Amino acid sequence: MSESASTVQALEAGKAHYPEEKASLRSLLSPLLFMAPAIILVVVFFFIPVVIVLAISLTDMSTATGFNNWKWVQFDNYRRIATHPNTLPVLRNTLMYVALTLALFNVGMALVIALLTTHVPRRSGFLFRALWLLPRLTPSVVYIMMWKYVAADAPYGILNQHLLGPLGIPPTNWLPAQPWLFVILTNGFIGASFGMVIFTSAIESIPYDYMVAALVDGCSLWQRIRYLILPLLRWPLLFVTTYQTLSLLTSFEQILLLTEGQFGTEVWSLWAYQRALSNYWGNFQWGFGAALAAVLVLIGVVMALVYMRYFQFNQLVQEPKIEAL
Amino acid sequence: MEDRLGMGNRWRVAILLLILTILTVPILVGYVWILISTFSQRTYGLIPVDASGQVGGLTLRNWSFLWEDPNIWKVTLNSLILAIGLTIGVVLVSSMAGYALSRISFPGRRVFLGTTLVLHAFPSVTLLIAIFFVLRWISRIPILGRDIPIIGGFGYNTLGGVILVMLALQLPLGVWLMKGFFDHVSWDMERAALIDGCSRWRTWWQILLPQIRPGIAALAIFSFISGWNEFLIPYTYITDQQQSTIAAYLNKLLSDTAPVNYSQVAAVGLFQLIPVMLFFVFTQEYLLSIFAGGAKGGS
Repeated sequence: MSESASTVQALEAGKAHYPEEKASLRSLLSPLLFMAPAIILVVVFFFIPVVIVLAISLTDMSTATGFNNWKWVQFDNYRRIATHPNTLPVLRNTLMYVALTLALFNVGMALVIALLTTHVPRRSGFLFRALWLLPRLTPSVVYIMMWKYVAADAPYGILNQHLLGPLGIPPTNWLPAQPWLFVILTNGFIGASFGMVIFTSAIESIPYDYMVAALVDGCSLWQRIRYLILPLLRWPLLFVTTYQTLSLLTSFEQILLLTEGQFGTEVWSLWAYQRALSNYWGNFQWGFGAALAAVLVLIGVVMALVYMRYFQFNQLVQEPKIEAL
Repeated sequence: MEDRLGMGNRWRVAILLLILTILTVPILVGYVWILISTFSQRTYGLIPVDASGQVGGLTLRNWSFLWEDPNIWKVTLNSLILAIGLTIGVVLVSSMAGYALSRISFPGRRVFLGTTLVLHAFPSVTLLIAIFFVLRWISRIPILGRDIPIIGGFGYNTLGGVILVMLALQLPLGVWLMKGFFDHVSWDMERAALIDGCSRWRTWWQILLPQIRPGIAALAIFSFISGWNEFLIPYTYITDQQQSTIAAYLNKLLSDTAPVNYSQVAAVGLFQLIPVMLFFVFTQEYLLSIFAGGAKGGS
């Protein structure tokens, strides 16, 4: 306490040279300078494009109309979505895909791998983390090709050749047989490394003293994880859960390469992509695609808000302890 | 950290390693297959076979692009510039913003954190058309737009422009990550520095940044990976072949040659893996040295 009191005095003393108003301007200057590059980038490459996209979603812009002959259609695109026969099945697919991949891999497996690799000798932990990072490092075309060969029919498929064949199970192409299994596995093995790296860094930045204190108190491994590590991981957990939910909602590259949305694996972002930028008939419906994207964002925002409430976001964004300088 | 957790118990370590190995089997098998297939004419499961289906058929032909196509080195260099530029940019911009958001009181902190996360909810594909307009507009700015050596400028059809776009897309990740790590740094150290007359900038650079090296390493890894592997953004905004990246090169293999030689695609894919793997090893070694030596001041 006495220390912080003396800080305040020292800071007051430094401030005393300036009149009141000047001082408060000065105190805003340094955060503004720190924030400036981030703010400029966000406004130029995020904010302005988002506004443009929202505007496009209120038009009938498509390849047919070009950039010159389009007209405002107000909420027609949104009305079309509400009455479209694909809307409900695709929405159900999307929610199932996001929930399962997130729980099993992007958060669940990530946490398991991070905890395991930080509790074995450093070198082995490092090796396993490197292996788990491979799927993220590999170009998606090659990565998906690998999974296709895992699932492929005899004699090419790895599953059929080395596991199911010897067990006497008749060979087939497992991708159309179990499409969701492979969609979740391919995305999950990529997704897990994100949380793994972040959780590992967070665990390793836990002060050494805490660990020693826990050991001195005779905590078991499980107790250390439950009462020391997990509570300190709240910010990374909130962040990984929220960020990965949004990533999964908007990701479609792997599904596009794996199934192209066939076998009932169409998800919302893939739908938007196929309507707006890769249409079989060659007519890119930018307006309708933008509206689909806007609905997806709405779903994402609602989920982000729920997470923030659950993890008590406001408490995690406390006021700084050192006041203006 | 080897013994910091009191891991005297060998059995426990053995069991943990066993669990890890079982969980990792799919990855191991998959990558062994990729490796084998790049040296084979074709494969049955993990077994290399020749055209008639007999075991054998090993070949180096799939790797011949390394000595037959000079373009591969040009696109590799471009990818490297993109990845390194992006990594430096993301780490600098996010650690500055993260520091301010975590440590300095000013209005709008919560709003900024909330908004950046919401922006991540926008699929980048849908922003492509809109960003195209923005880049064209930047191109018209003299010098900044198109006349900078190495990266070519920050406008349309330049590596710099692609770096800026990707930097912005990485910011939600960077800012949130950095803020979280700054939150855990002790207040006393910063307070002591400020009382001693250190400016906010020096405090950030010399006192706080060295404290969050694990966070910086994590962020650097992700930025490098996305810069190195990104296909869609460079492919959309760079039309000049001389500025093209390795991911676009891979895509050209898939669309140009008919029929597609998948073993060669896998070989290029493996080749593309090497630099990122090296970067990961480098950052991890860097992390390792911190924990061996304890956190030091200075940078």
